[in-house]
Amino acid sequence: MPSELPLRNEKTTEEIALGIRRRVFEHTIRNNGGYLSQACSSAEQLAFLYNEALHLGEPTLPMIPEPFGGVPSANNPDYVTGAGYNGPFEPQHDRLFIAPAHYALVAYATLIETGRMAPEGLEMFNKDGSSVEMIGAEHSPGMEVHNGTLGIGLSTGAGLAWGRRRNGDTGDVCVFMSDGEVQEGQTWEAVQAAAHHGIDNLWAIMDVNRQQCDGAMEDVMQVGDIRQKFTDFGAHCVEIDGHDLSAMRQAKAEKHEGKPLIILAYSSPTHGMAILERRFPRLHYVRFKSQDERADFNQAIAAELGIDPIAY
Amino acid sequence: MVEMVARPYAAAFEAYAAQHPEVLALSADLTSSVEIDGFRDRHPEQFLSMGMAEQNMLSFAGGLGLAGYRPFVHTFGVFLYRRPYDQLMASIAYPRRKVRLMGFLPGITTPGGMTHQAIEDISVMRTIPNMTVLETGDAAEVEGIVEAADSIDGPVYCRVLRGSVPRLFDTPLKVGELRVLSEGTDVLVITAGITTEEAIRARGALDQAGVSVRHLHLNTLKPFDAEAIVAHAAAVKHGVVTLENHLVAGGIGSMTAEALAEAGLGKKLIRLGLQDTYAHGGSRPYLMHYYGLDALALVRGIERLMAIETGIDEGALEAVRVDAVHSAVKAEAL
Repeated sequence: MPSELPLRNEKTTEEIALGIRRRVFEHTIRNNGGYLSQACSSAEQLAFLYNEALHLGEPTLPMIPEPFGGVPSANNPDYVTGAGYNGPFEPQHDRLFIAPAHYALVAYATLIETGRMAPEGLEMFNKDGSSVEMIGAEHSPGMEVHNGTLGIGLSTGAGLAWGRRRNGDTGDVCVFMSDGEVQEGQTWEAVQAAAHHGIDNLWAIMDVNRQQCDGAMEDVMQVGDIRQKFTDFGAHCVEIDGHDLSAMRQAKAEKHEGKPLIILAYSSPTHGMAILERRFPRLHYVRFKSQDERADFNQAIAAELGIDPIAY
Repeated sequence: MVEMVARPYAAAFEAYAAQHPEVLALSADLTSSVEIDGFRDRHPEQFLSMGMAEQNMLSFAGGLGLAGYRPFVHTFGVFLYRRPYDQLMASIAYPRRKVRLMGFLPGITTPGGMTHQAIEDISVMRTIPNMTVLETGDAAEVEGIVEAADSIDGPVYCRVLRGSVPRLFDTPLKVGELRVLSEGTDVLVITAGITTEEAIRARGALDQAGVSVRHLHLNTLKPFDAEAIVAHAAAVKHGVVTLENHLVAGGIGSMTAEALAEAGLGKKLIRLGLQDTYAHGGSRPYLMHYYGLDALALVRGIERLMAIETGIDEGALEAVRVDAVHSAVKAEAL
């Protein structure tokens, strides 16, 4: 295990969030593209989950991820999911689903920052034969189920939470969500079912960055007052500034007996990388249009994140 | 004559689930229509009402599977794969969750018309990796489907008959074991589900007309026992006729064609069933006649295959006495 890896809680959550942005930035510059805006909007949320909010055991899988080991099948008895990076599946531990699997790059950076995966893991990102896939697969580090199709995460989490409650597990189920998912009908089916069955060992934090693949949600498909909608569907729903960690702590501490808790974390898709405003509203995946643009972004973002420009 | 059994699924599911606390019943607002209303009332702690929300129900079932439960998801077959196909793939089939998909009203067994008739379910389900596909053809198989489904190490889709169901067999459904109902030498007839009773009726008349029928009944559609099918096809002179309560594309007819072709067995094949068409609403006998799924359609198919005229008409078929098949019948393991 590389010696520079930090142990849990050695760093502050703020430091981890900064580290996430730095790693995603470095990766994006080197590879001439990446999921930059997701790091901007969600770094505090993922740092908070892994560093504070979730009760996770020590990782059970190698710090340097194994290559792709085949898909689940009766002929593949050695198949494992990426859940082991979130710790063992034991009754007292929480589980985490990353519902928008497109945040995988940010999630992998979080695993590294919290000492759950070696930095070498990110070098394997989107490489043929690697398990560290671009859209997080079930076998990718930190992924517990397949979520690449948006809207299924909360339903799966609700089912798992119902089963864990019946089993007497003390661990909760947490779903990291994205606001684009509220356009999917299944999200509302999931909330109504969780409320109907009183599933309160389930909570979600949603990155409300108001962006989706085609651009700003306001233009692609308006979703209205989602806090009111979640409340009407039976959830306990709280709105916070997605970059304010103390607000996040308070929201997580809210009582939600008999209901799932949904925290709407309003965030900026350019937080910490202001130059990304130039690409608004097409922020889903940033690929540089020219070498000049790549160099400009390298200089500007490095300065804002307090590091030297990346050599590439 | 055959015994008719009322609601065999209801009793079988309750008896099994009551002994297996990790079995759960999920229902999407069709609880009495899928015969688990009594179970709901007597075992509420094992019953989950999921409402009319199949997409959530399937992903939720996947989550229950992850928590160590074996959910039996009950609804009409169509509602298990048309709307929630994505959830079926991502939340159940891919991760090999032990979710038991109990699909009622297979094919044209409902007057509900296109929206309620699962006419392409076998075709869809059998192409899904990790999925097992079972079909019930009589009361004994309905009674056995619960335990059989729960023995599968992974997800399974079952075509389940409801209501008043004839008892044709006196042995339970065994996964992977087809039933050899007769061992004739002229033509091989392959059926499953409700078409088996039709073929038994047709056989009665065909025997009298001097046509020697070899008849196989399938209850395990995936894995498909290609080797056995090919061996039986090789044992008859004229060829094979499949008769299914499903589109001929993608179902038993297609699977048989694939098996024969891959084995290089040049036997003529006639596929009876829905011929690239939707059905409409009506009674089962009307629909089976209208769409050519009944005993008469099978007789005409065999006549076409053998280039003969048997003289069998509807009157001759109605006169055939259908008896239960006793254990003299062979079951062949996969």
